[in-house]
Amino acid sequence: MSCRKRCKREIFKFAQYLYRLVTGTLNTDSVEDELELSTVRHRPEGLEQLEAQTRFSRKELQILYRGFKNECPSGVVNEDTFKDIYAQFFPQGDASTYAHFLFNAFDTDHNGSVSFEDFVMGLSILLRGSIQEKLNWAFNLYDINKDGYITKEEMLDIMKAIYDMMGKCTYPALREETPRQHVEIFFQKMDKNKDGVVTIDEFIDCCQNDENIMRSMHLFENVL
Amino acid sequence: MAAGVAAWLPFARAAAIGWMPVANLPMPVAPAEKNRRQDELIILNVSGRRFETWKNTLDRYPDTLLGSSEKEFFYNEETKEYFFDRDPDVFRSVLNFYRTGKLHYPRYECICSYDEELAFFGIISEIIGDCCYEEYKDRKRENAERLMDDQEDKKDAKLPNMTFRETMWRAFENPHTSTMALVFYYVTGFFIAISVITNVVETVPCGTVPNQKEVPCGERYTVAFFCMDTACVMIFTVEYLMRLFAAPSRYRFMRSVMSIIDVVAILPYYIGLVMTDNEDVSGAFVTLRVFRVFRIFKFSRHSQGLRILGYTLKSCASELGFLLFSLTMAIIIFATVMFYAEKGSSSSKFTSIPASFWYTIVTMTTLGYGDMVPKTIAGKIFGSICSLSGVLVIALPVPVIVSNFSRIYHQNQRQDKRRAQKVQKARLARIRIAKTGTSNAFLHSKRNGLFNEALEFTQLPYKMNLSEQSSTEEEQLLTKSTSLLESQHHHLLHCLEKTTNHEFVDEQYYQQSYLEAGLQNYPSRSPSLSSQDGMTGTCCSRRSKKHHTPLQNTSAPALMQPLTHKHTHQQGLQELSTIHIRPLSTSRSSLNMRVDEPASLNCQSNQITTAIISIPTPPVTTPDGDLTHQNVVKVSTL
Repeated sequence: MSCRKRCKREIFKFAQYLYRLVTGTLNTDSVEDELELSTVRHRPEGLEQLEAQTRFSRKELQILYRGFKNECPSGVVNEDTFKDIYAQFFPQGDASTYAHFLFNAFDTDHNGSVSFEDFVMGLSILLRGSIQEKLNWAFNLYDINKDGYITKEEMLDIMKAIYDMMGKCTYPALREETPRQHVEIFFQKMDKNKDGVVTIDEFIDCCQNDENIMRSMHLFENVL
Repeated sequence: MAAGVAAWLPFARAAAIGWMPVANLPMPVAPAEKNRRQDELIILNVSGRRFETWKNTLDRYPDTLLGSSEKEFFYNEETKEYFFDRDPDVFRSVLNFYRTGKLHYPRYECICSYDEELAFFGIISEIIGDCCYEEYKDRKRENAERLMDDQEDKKDAKLPNMTFRETMWRAFENPHTSTMALVFYYVTGFFIAISVITNVVETVPCGTVPNQKEVPCGERYTVAFFCMDTACVMIFTVEYLMRLFAAPSRYRFMRSVMSIIDVVAILPYYIGLVMTDNEDVSGAFVTLRVFRVFRIFKFSRHSQGLRILGYTLKSCASELGFLLFSLTMAIIIFATVMFYAEKGSSSSKFTSIPASFWYTIVTMTTLGYGDMVPKTIAGKIFGSICSLSGVLVIALPVPVIVSNFSRIYHQNQRQDKRRAQKVQKARLARIRIAKTGTSNAFLHSKRNGLFNEALEFTQLPYKMNLSEQSSTEEEQLLTKSTSLLESQHHHLLHCLEKTTNHEFVDEQYYQQSYLEAGLQNYPSRSPSLSSQDGMTGTCCSRRSKKHHTPLQNTSAPALMQPLTHKHTHQQGLQELSTIHIRPLSTSRSSLNMRVDEPASLNCQSNQITTAIISIPTPPVTTPDGDLTHQNVVKVSTL
C-alpha cells in the first residue's frame, strides 16, 4: 500500500479514536460473538434404521445412546470433548494426540464433529466386523492423510501418540528413540517389498499371518 | 476413573484395535464377563421417597456407600429395595453426583447437615464442582470461625498445670484473665500517662522568681520531677524484666517492636544517671531526653486502634514513599523555576534554590505563611501555577491512605480466602491422589490379576507347576472382587502396556528408579528382565535387531538392573515382571543365560515358557536366588 494511503488510514483511525474518546465510547465491546457458541443439536436417525445399518441389537443401541447422550447432551461430539473423554481413561499419560487420530478415524465425513451415527458405525465395525473390516479400520487409523499408504512418518506420529499415553512413570523408563525403534520393527514386519511404505494389502497380509494380531482382534468382541 | 464417561468404556476398548497391529507382544486376555447381568434398576427408598436408578450408575464410584457392597446392609428383603433413614433432600444431590459425576452444594442447605450426609454416603467433599465449591468453602469457614469463637471463650480458662512462667505470660498478654493481670494492666497504663504528662509539664514555665526570667517547672522543682521520673522508670524497668522473664521465646521477644519501644523509653534515664554533670555530653543528654516521648507508644499495648493505625501506616509505606518522591520532584521543579524567576528582583528572599524549597512547600500545601513572596510578574505567574498544582498534589495522599486502609481491611478478609486457597491446593492434591488412586488401583490389581491372567493364558497345552504356598496366597487375593468396570478398564491399560512394552509404575517408584539408574550400574544382569527389552518381537527379528543396535541393547539392561537391585531391598514392594516369552529351555542355566548369547535362543521352537518372578521382601538378594525361592512361580513346559 502506498505511503499516502497508509497515512490517510492512520489519520482516520486517530480521528475515530478522538471521537470515541470524547463521546466516551472508547471501550465498547465488539459485537458479541455469542452466536458462535450455537448449540448444535442433533437428533440421530431412528432406532430401526440404525439397527439395520449396524450390527447392534436394539438394546445395545439403547445402552450406547444413553451413554453417548449423557456425555454430550447436544448429540454431537467435538474434538475437545472427545479428547477429554478419552483422556479420562488414561490418567497417567497424555491421550490427546491419539484421541485426535481416533477422532479423525471416526469422523468419516470430516465435518469436525462425530454424531451418534458415526460413532455407532465405527463401533459396529470395531466390535462386530469381520477381520478384514477391522484391519481396514486400523489401516485407516494409521494412514493419517488417507492416501492409501502408511509412511514411516505417519507411523512415527501414531507411535509417539501411543507412547504419550503411557505417561512419564513407566518401567523401564521411556526414552526418545523407543517409538522410533518400535516403528522400525513394525516396518520390518509389514513392509514386504521394502519400498518404505506399507500398503493396505501388505498390511492385511502381514496381519493375517501373525497369530498374535489375529488373536487380539477377537479380544473385544463381546465388549457390549 | 471418572464415572461420567463409564458409558464410553466400550468405545475406548473398541478403539484399542488401533494398537493391535503395532503391538509385538500378545495381548492379555479380556476379563471374564461371566457374571454379566442385564442392567437392572435399583430402588432406593430414602425416608419414604423412592429414587430409582440403574445399578451401573451406582457402580461408577465403588468406594462410596452406594457403589460398594456396603449398601447391602440396608437392603430390605420384603420390599426388595434399599432403605436409608436419611434426609431425602440432600440425597437428591448425592444421587445426582452418581448420575452426572458432579457434586453440587445446594445453597439453602445447612453446611453441617450436608457434611454429615456426605460422610454417611462416603463421598469426599473435595469433589464438589467448581460451580458450588466457593460457596461451600465460605460456609464452612464461617462455621469454623463460629466454632473457634466458642472455643476461644473456653480457651482462657486456666489449664490445670501451667507453670508460673506461663501464667505470667498469659497474664501479660490477656489482661482479662485474672484480677492481678487487670490491676497490673491499669497500673502500668497509669504510670505511662503520668510519665508523659510529667515530660510535658516539665517544660511549662511556672511561676516567676522575681528577679529572673521565667523558668520551666522542671528546673524549679527539680527534685520532685526527678523523683517522679525515677518512679516511672522503676516501674517500667520492672515490667520489662518481668515480661522478659515470662516470654516463651526470649530472643523473639527482644526483637519485637514493643520491647524495643520499652527499652528506648527507659534507656535515657539510665544513660543520664551514668553521665551526670559532664558538660560536654550534656547536649547529647538533652537530646536523649527527647526519646522519653516514646513512652507514649507504650500505650499501643493498651489500645487496639493504635496498633491498627501503626500497621496501616507500615503497609502504606511504599505508596507514601512514592508519593513523597513525586512531591519532591515537583518541589524541585518549582523551586528552580521560582528562583530563576525571582533572580532579577532586588532584595528577594529567594537567595538560592534550597531557599526556594521552603516557599514551594508552603505554597503547595496551601499554607501560605507569607514570609517569602514573589515580586516579579513571572514569579507571580509561576507562583500561582505552583499553588494550583499544589492543590492537586495534596489531594492525592488522602485517597491513597483511604484506599490503603480499605485494602488492609480487605486483606484481612483475603487472608482467610488465601487460607482457603491453600486448602484448594490441598483439594487439588487430594483429587490428584484420587486420580493416582486409579492408577494405583490398576497397579495393585495388576499384581493380583496378573496371576489370574497367567492362569488363563496358559490354558493351552501347558501344565502348570505352582508352588503350594504362593498359590494359596494368590488365590485369596484373587477372590477380592473388583467391579466389572474396573477390571475392564484395567484390561485396557494392560493392553496399552503390552503394545508399548512398558509398564506403568507409580510416581515415587519411577523417581527412585530414575535416580538409581544414574547412580548404579549393576554389572551382572538378570536374565529374565534383561531379555524383556530384547523381546520386543519374535525371536528372529530380535536377533537381527540385536545385530543392528548392540549399544541400545546393552544400555537398556543397565537401566533396568538397578531397579531390580533396588527391588530386592525394598520392604514390602512387590513388582511383577511382565509375562515375557522365553524360548524353550527350562534349565536354570539357560534361564541365567546372558543376552549376548543369542545362539542359545531357539527361534524355531514355538513353545513358550512364561516365568513370573515375583520379587518379594528382603531375604532374596540376587535374581538367581529368586529361582529357588518359594514364591517364584515357574510355568514350564513339559
